[in-house]
Amino acid sequence: MKGPRVIFLIFFVIFVGILCQGLYNIHPYGEPRVSAMDDYFINNAQSERAANNVVTSIVFDYRGFDTLGEAAVLFTAVMSVAALFRKEE
Amino acid sequence: MINNIPMLTVGALFVIGLYGVLFKRNIIKIAIAVSIIESSTNLFLIVLGYRTGGSIPVYTLAGEFKKMVLPTPQALTLTAIVIGLATTALLLTLIMLLYKHYGTLDVHEIRRLRG
Amino acid sequence: MRPLSIVVRTICNIFAWFVAIFGAYVILHGHLTPGGGFQGGAIVATFIALLLVAHGGKSFLGWVKKEIFSSFEGAGLVAFVCVGFLGLSTTFLYNFLALKGGLFGSAVPIGPNAGVLNSSGTIALANIAVGLEVVGGLSAILIFMFLGMRYVSEGGKEGVKDDK
Repeated sequence: MKGPRVIFLIFFVIFVGILCQGLYNIHPYGEPRVSAMDDYFINNAQSERAANNVVTSIVFDYRGFDTLGEAAVLFTAVMSVAALFRKEE
Repeated sequence: MINNIPMLTVGALFVIGLYGVLFKRNIIKIAIAVSIIESSTNLFLIVLGYRTGGSIPVYTLAGEFKKMVLPTPQALTLTAIVIGLATTALLLTLIMLLYKHYGTLDVHEIRRLRG
Repeated sequence: MRPLSIVVRTICNIFAWFVAIFGAYVILHGHLTPGGGFQGGAIVATFIALLLVAHGGKSFLGWVKKEIFSSFEGAGLVAFVCVGFLGLSTTFLYNFLALKGGLFGSAVPIGPNAGVLNSSGTIALANIAVGLEVVGGLSAILIFMFLGMRYVSEGGKEGVKDDK
């Protein structure tokens, strides 16, 4: 145990301490504090967008731009795998 | 305190993954630890949006229900899972090429054999 | 990689098609039931993985060319962007088909109901586009990593022993 591993250990202990403090102060399980946006989606997804599945209406409609970035990330990953495994001539 | 067991599970998973990333030497084990951190993040998002007694946010054949769980964290989790899958595939590809180039999976050996 | 035994191949030939049909169902009913383009695409990619493992790479790549999966992926992404641009008279990715009648345009009853397949506008179209992209992308990752496995084990520094 020498070199950078001591620094790793110090930061690991500090991080675990901060994580425990955060988990101690989080809201109780099952009672989210803020839910105004989600209640809007639940109440209006059927009347505004005619979608039975609220999650799909968020993914592809309300937050569609997010999904576009996600699709671009998937495309980039596939292209990277293909480029890394190309045959070396 | 006992009701917060899902939150504590999230913390335990994250600590296990961070321990693997920082202190393991096999690069495959590091990739597994990164996957565990991803899983803890997904579980954290789902746990944040849970309401006690809520049903899934789908109206098809829902039956009688009082309230629904929050849909936005579930949508974000959907995004995070696909991105995690793409990054895992890229990580494993890089590990395969590292093994081809150096002939070992030990990160200390790879650092020593630099160049 | 050699193909697996005749038992595995026979069972795979029967049940892999049910996996493919279930994936197509999850994609096409994405706006009604839990699921959607990403999940259904992953299920259909499982179908490709089953065939690839059971029959071996040589016979599988004799059936389909691997370029077709890359073209699926590109076509899915372009279709998603086109669905976004079609609603540009209001905003990008605006749902211009919902509640207008016609294709995917009927309204749904408010509250729990049995589901109307012809509803939800561009959400269904985007589901199909993203499903196409995920099918192509995950299958392409599987096939490229399968080919790269042989390439790594042949050209490794210490000559990794290939256990037949």
